[in-house]
Amino acid sequence: MSAHFPGLVVIIPLIAAFLVLIGSLLDKRLAFPVAALALLGSMLTAVGLLTRVMQVGVVEYHLAGWAPPVGIAYRVDHLNGLVLVAVSAVAFINLLGTRPLVAEAFGDRLGPFYTLYVLLVAGLLGIVVTGDAFNLYVLLEIAALTGYALVGMGEGRAPLASLNYIFMGTVGASFYLLGVGYLYLVTGTLNMADLAVRLPALYPSKVVFSAFVICLAGLCLKMGFFPLHAWLPNAYSYAPDPVSSLVAPLMTKVMVYVMVRIMLFVFTPAFAFDLTAISEPMVWLAIVAIVAGSFLALSTRRLKRMLTYIIVAEVGYMVGGFWLGNRLGISGAILHIINDAAMTLCVFLAAAALIARTGSDAIDDMQGLFKKMPVTMAVFVIAGLSIIGVPPTCGFFSKWYLISGAMAAGQYGFVAALLLSSLINLVLFFRIFEIAYFEPFDDHHAEHPTGHGRVLSAVQEAPLETLVPLVATAALLFALGIYAGDIVSLIIDKAIPVGIV
Amino acid sequence: MESLLTNFLAKYNYWVYIGLVMIGMYAMIAKRNLVKKIIGMNIVQTAVILFYVSIGAKKGKTLPIIAHGHEGTGHHAVQAIDYINPLPHVLMLTAIVVSVATLGVALALAIKIYRRYGTLEENEIASRINES
Amino acid sequence: MDTLISIKPLLAVLISLLVIPLIAYSRSPNVREGWTFLAAIVKFALVASMLPAVLSGMEISCSLVEVLPGLSIAFRVDAFGMLFALVASFLWIITSVYSIGYMRGLDEHAQTRYFCFFAVSLSAAVGVAFSANLLTMYLFYEMLSLATYPLVTHHQDQEARTSGRKYLLYTVGASIGLVLPAMLMTYHLTGSLDFSPQGILAGTASRGTVALLLFMFVFGFAKAAIMPFHSWLPAAMVAPTPVSALLHAVAVVKVGVFSIVRVITAIFGTDLLQTFDLSTPLLLVASTTILVGSFIALSQDNLKRMLAFSTIAQLSYIVLGAALLSPKGVTGGMVHIAMHAFGKITLFFCAGAIFVATGKKNISEMTGIGRRMPVTMTAFFIGALSIIGMPPCGGFLSKWYLVLGALEADKIAILVVLLFSSLLNAGYFMPVVYRAFFCPPEEALFEARVQEAPLCCVVPLVVTAVISIMLLFYPQPFMNLAAMAAAKYTGF
Repeated sequence: MSAHFPGLVVIIPLIAAFLVLIGSLLDKRLAFPVAALALLGSMLTAVGLLTRVMQVGVVEYHLAGWAPPVGIAYRVDHLNGLVLVAVSAVAFINLLGTRPLVAEAFGDRLGPFYTLYVLLVAGLLGIVVTGDAFNLYVLLEIAALTGYALVGMGEGRAPLASLNYIFMGTVGASFYLLGVGYLYLVTGTLNMADLAVRLPALYPSKVVFSAFVICLAGLCLKMGFFPLHAWLPNAYSYAPDPVSSLVAPLMTKVMVYVMVRIMLFVFTPAFAFDLTAISEPMVWLAIVAIVAGSFLALSTRRLKRMLTYIIVAEVGYMVGGFWLGNRLGISGAILHIINDAAMTLCVFLAAAALIARTGSDAIDDMQGLFKKMPVTMAVFVIAGLSIIGVPPTCGFFSKWYLISGAMAAGQYGFVAALLLSSLINLVLFFRIFEIAYFEPFDDHHAEHPTGHGRVLSAVQEAPLETLVPLVATAALLFALGIYAGDIVSLIIDKAIPVGIV
Repeated sequence: MESLLTNFLAKYNYWVYIGLVMIGMYAMIAKRNLVKKIIGMNIVQTAVILFYVSIGAKKGKTLPIIAHGHEGTGHHAVQAIDYINPLPHVLMLTAIVVSVATLGVALALAIKIYRRYGTLEENEIASRINES
Repeated sequence: MDTLISIKPLLAVLISLLVIPLIAYSRSPNVREGWTFLAAIVKFALVASMLPAVLSGMEISCSLVEVLPGLSIAFRVDAFGMLFALVASFLWIITSVYSIGYMRGLDEHAQTRYFCFFAVSLSAAVGVAFSANLLTMYLFYEMLSLATYPLVTHHQDQEARTSGRKYLLYTVGASIGLVLPAMLMTYHLTGSLDFSPQGILAGTASRGTVALLLFMFVFGFAKAAIMPFHSWLPAAMVAPTPVSALLHAVAVVKVGVFSIVRVITAIFGTDLLQTFDLSTPLLLVASTTILVGSFIALSQDNLKRMLAFSTIAQLSYIVLGAALLSPKGVTGGMVHIAMHAFGKITLFFCAGAIFVATGKKNISEMTGIGRRMPVTMTAFFIGALSIIGMPPCGGFLSKWYLVLGALEADKIAILVVLLFSSLLNAGYFMPVVYRAFFCPPEEALFEARVQEAPLCCVVPLVVTAVISIMLLFYPQPFMNLAAMAAAKYTGF
């Protein structure tokens, strides 16, 4: 059974998605339990996979028994083992935590919603586990399409934001496909490991370089790397809250993983870092991304939008850290994939709970919340501290590696950008904490109906169902921080190819 | 100049697909009607599909269907070189499905937008958003 | 020296954290205060129990978890850390009693939150004291900044908000912007962040890099209020007086200078700084702060603001002592942590008592108050003497060692600075005392009825005043600890 784990981790949610849809036709209330079971199964499978990888090394799985390069191979090593656990855990926790919100917003469409949710997770998990370049495109599009649909399910400006997201996302995926096409053209194979074997002989070729650039461009679009990030703020802030807290932690981070995978394991570091002169420009672009993201976040007074700009900056951290090209920087980038997924989940879940209770997305409406919603605000504070980078939360440790890597590479601009971003995050979060702490809570919320047509009672703490995942995620931030060294030395260090110093 | 022209003619499939991508991107960026943008997106995807299929083509070879494959259960060796490459076709079947699905989702969203704003012109939607 | 492995340092740090749920959910104010008191006593007992071992030359260590390859969160109790921890934990007991009187006297709101965060702050302060490496110290330093924010902004009005903003921006901003990169650079250069007798940077970097790192650390630990990063301290005076007293006279600012002295002695090392001749720039920075701080204090009318600027100046004495790089200088600086703590806290307690009893904040309004509150003002006088550095108070001892240290290091200019600043100190303290006691009857704003502040306020300030005097005659164990630490770090 455990030999099939690589396949199961994707197949369980894939089949479950259809079961959810069929089940919901029978009884709406079946949708959530089936989805929850499926994601739990995925998460346990992912954990099992990671432990197996840590014991035996790389795990290969050939779909339908066809050996590569003819067949599609799923290949789990330390890198994607770790990311698999992160993705499935985030999806599962988010499912549990946002159940009340989903029940309220999508009560009549529970079946379709959870179907799409589970399909999205299946797509993401597939992206992480696959070892075939084209299979990656397919799963990428599965995840993307379900993402577009979920985002578009929101009200207000969500459909338009989703449409713009479709435009840019499709172009990004098409570029990726094009790049893979060029690689196939010159090597005749689509299997990542095989490509890595066949490409070195072809490095001088312009085709390979074009493939590299086009792939990278497509991935940057899908990652939301500045300046190709324009879809991100609108799509994530107008999406329904339960959807934002799913896609925001996951989609961009999985794309960063894809970039790491392709650069390290298809175009080997020898090519990506040494033969093309792209590392430095990428780091400089990352610096711009970080600074721009941070300043843009300062400019808005809406909570979710501010958080999406922080994501833009965080993508800058990861991309910049990776393209530093040394072991510390790449470890920092990979560690930050995990940490940022956890931090973003925590902060978006907390934001969703806050917005649900106060009925408003504006920062200025968050008055007096420390008194009214102490636990949620406490979790929000912890998430904020992690994003700022205060020890012993996880955000500090990924910053540690990123800054160390930058110092080792002599890239002090990157160091300055990281520190500036931490300081701006300090201002961003304390702006909110100040309003929540100092300003008296005006109960006029109780009388006015909100734009959604809901009349709110006086603000109370979030329901227990949401609080438990919130607190668990906050605890996870501390755990990830304290075990950061172990994660790096036991897992991430083994994930990075040996040649990188 | 001569070699440029022969190059162009020899690799005309690449030029075609590049042209299509440009047309598609132009439509996506410059056109204001949402449906036109969606079609532009579709053109970009189709261009990539065309590219893939074109790289599988071989001059003078036949379709990748083994003649009389059922009878005799194919004792004689199949020379792959006699057939055009079927793999890109297979891959592109998937890609076409993806493209259609994307089109479907995009059009569904366009319908939703139309219901909400009453128009499919981007600038009018923007002004309607600014009003509200 | 020998090292004992023991869980006591961890317990000492954690005890105040563990008591927080009890404080938060206690049924009545008396129970809540009772828990605080109990935690304070237990903390002090734990710290004091490690004293004999430390005095005999041993160090107690406790390593928690390895968070980064080669770096753990670890504690190591040595003489210098023990000195600070003793001061902080002892004064917490006293401040708890004072807080009761003050907060109840003014019927302040949100007292539970106050006592909870006070406990966290003390935990962080002892954590800094016992840190074995720079990473642990940074962790607890940040924890302190964040834990003291709700205390500084306790009144939750507009003034508290702007002051809180300034506080955070200076302390956390400087530590993220300056200390963090400096720490990482140190790790990058040396591969370690452990505190060691002659530092870890020897032989790893050029003079320019070492100088840059030094100043990044010195200014980065903005809690030490070295100019120009000092303006958060007067702004933070909006906090209730017990907060100002403990945190700004003892814990927060002392954490700042403690960190600086620790870094100077245990990361850079006196030898390295001597070789690179970095003593002079440091002395310059410290002296500037001392003199400018004292001058500004002269012009202040608000009593707490005057005390704030006095603190700014006094903190730089400690940095000055360390910057002298001579055994007596370092000893003087370290022991001044204790002397200044007791003296300053007396002064703040008096300021608070005056506010509780009369509602007055400005010196100009306190003419003749000595007749109404003789005990308080006498304590004030004693505290002032200690800060000025005159016998019979403990401050004299630390100033004496600083003078000796200056002579030892052959820096006569510092001698002048020390003497001149003492004169300035007298210049802003004595008028207060004079006007309180010796003004003519027409100018007195208060009649001669005795109406002291509540007992919970008066007893603590009397206790600290008495200790200030006692410290001159019985300076142990602080003197011993300081001398031991100085010997260890200057290699004599």
